[in-house]
Amino acid sequence: MADPLLRVDGLTREFGDLTAVAGVSFEVGRGELFGLVGPDGAGKTTTLRMLAGVLRPTSGDALMDGISMAREPERAKPRLAYMSQRFGLYADLTVEENLRFYADLHLVPRAERAARLERLYRFSNLGPFKDRLAGKLSGGMKQKLGLSCALIHQPELLLLDEPTFGVDPVSRRDLWLIVHEMVEQGVTAVVSTAYMDEAERFDRLALLHQGKVLAVDTPSALQKGLEGEILELRTDRVREAKEAASKLPTVRRAAIFGDRLHLTVPSASADGPAVESALRQAGFAPREARPIPPSLEDVFIERIAAAEAAAA
Amino acid sequence: MNAKRTAAVEVEKLTKRFGDFVAVDAVSFAVEAGEVFGFLGPNGAGKTTTIKMLTGLVSPTSGRGTVAGLDIRTQGKEIKRHIGYMSQLFSLYADLTVEENIAFFSGLYGVPRERRAERRDWVLEMAGLQEQRRRLTGELSLGWKQRLALGCAVLHEPPVLFLDEPTSGVDPISRRGFWDLIYALAATGTTVFVTTHYMEEAEFCHRLALMNRGRLIALDTPARLREGLREPLLEARTSDGTRTIEALEGAPGVAQAGLFGRAVHVTLKEGEDAGRDRARLAELLAGRGIEVESIERIEPSLEDVFIALVERTGGAVVD
Repeated sequence: MADPLLRVDGLTREFGDLTAVAGVSFEVGRGELFGLVGPDGAGKTTTLRMLAGVLRPTSGDALMDGISMAREPERAKPRLAYMSQRFGLYADLTVEENLRFYADLHLVPRAERAARLERLYRFSNLGPFKDRLAGKLSGGMKQKLGLSCALIHQPELLLLDEPTFGVDPVSRRDLWLIVHEMVEQGVTAVVSTAYMDEAERFDRLALLHQGKVLAVDTPSALQKGLEGEILELRTDRVREAKEAASKLPTVRRAAIFGDRLHLTVPSASADGPAVESALRQAGFAPREARPIPPSLEDVFIERIAAAEAAAA
Repeated sequence: MNAKRTAAVEVEKLTKRFGDFVAVDAVSFAVEAGEVFGFLGPNGAGKTTTIKMLTGLVSPTSGRGTVAGLDIRTQGKEIKRHIGYMSQLFSLYADLTVEENIAFFSGLYGVPRERRAERRDWVLEMAGLQEQRRRLTGELSLGWKQRLALGCAVLHEPPVLFLDEPTSGVDPISRRGFWDLIYALAATGTTVFVTTHYMEEAEFCHRLALMNRGRLIALDTPARLREGLREPLLEARTSDGTRTIEALEGAPGVAQAGLFGRAVHVTLKEGEDAGRDRARLAELLAGRGIEVESIERIEPSLEDVFIALVERTGGAVVD
């Protein structure tokens, strides 16, 4: 990548005998929305803490615009914002007082404050609640306020650690709208999530598992790179049908979703009819069969399986 | 034997008022034995109050209901012994071994002494934890802990099991393994009642109930909820997302437009012809000097359905 904003190279962090992050490398372009996607314990938080300059790597480095986060994080910090899972809001200050507090902390010029608050209220829809105590906000609104506080100094790089954790779908969509607006205006953002269904929002993403990067690419390239296709169908006695389908030579993977089966096969059009016919003969009455696009979850499962097979 | 399908959870016009506030407003539904039933809704929708009434923690203002055949108004104590409960925050003891946790919860749930060894072995087998039986629980991966928590929640063989975001944060392979266990329990007749904010979990349910503002606003299978969304969705990829939204908001036929990554998701109004609108909106954008790379109809996700239904019923409560 030519002139990335962030260059992460062999980033590693050990805690005693635990290696939380093991040689992670990727680059983030200017203005990109980049995802760190993986389950709890994959190393997302530790990676973000090192990118934010609040945790020193055991080895490796992350360069923000050429500045070493390992050696001189203080030089980069004014240009970035980091929202951790426990972002420090003051419960007994109002929404507006919290924003003003962070504006003071980041030395936002007085002349610019009103305009910035106005803009953040517009994005977050927090305007009507500006006199409410932060401690009295719902979880989703607290997250929006945290994000607004992180954005008050107009950082170039936004680092968000699971901003949508524990937030209901309506507030979650509002939070994403704020992030998308910021990115649209040129901010670079690195956002972590454990939820695969959020991964499609990223320009590019790194799939993290057990401290390592399994893949880095755009969502569509990851989906296109999946070997095989997913055949969705309904059957009778779906659990037994899954067992039977798993034994068919063309079925690499089978999973139940409610009353439906998802079967990973080399080709839905070429292999589907034989699979259906085998299930029909076994008495499972397959119906409503159709190919469905693989989800990023399907991609992740294949990548984890491949990594574990390589390790074994 | 010809097993008759009976409702394991049934409520009729269930209502709970707190002063003037109607937290749960005449909610009726029935969940069959062996069903995996998802219960969704934004914060403040009345979900938690409903669950508290079902588990005998709060008594209804009016309406009636049964859980495992027991009356929620008069048999709250018995109900507690007939249900299992597991949340992501389920408190297993980290410094006890797997077996010791099982023994502890056996005692807590009043499993008869003579059955404890058999139930312990069943849990170890079901959860695939035989080899970890003497390990400290704190040393297990999140996926194993969740399997153990599930095992502990069903030691007393409850006919109805409540799960609260049971697989939040686990890797997708462990999650599918966990749901296989849930389906196995359901196949033996256990009714599974799942509350979650995550559509990834909702996809595993046989049927979903969606609440908003105290009311039940939808109840169907995930597939039929998706097919039933009346507002078509378009995805537009253009040279300028912000300007695209400005151009589309208020355009004829458009209910809503918002950024989704680089793309703009456009919700059309009910009954709009997506094919015709696609061409019309492409023209409109081109007329404003916005380059259109693509504009396509897309299948709504469960989250799209959820949000559309919530907005159609007055939006989420904001406080």
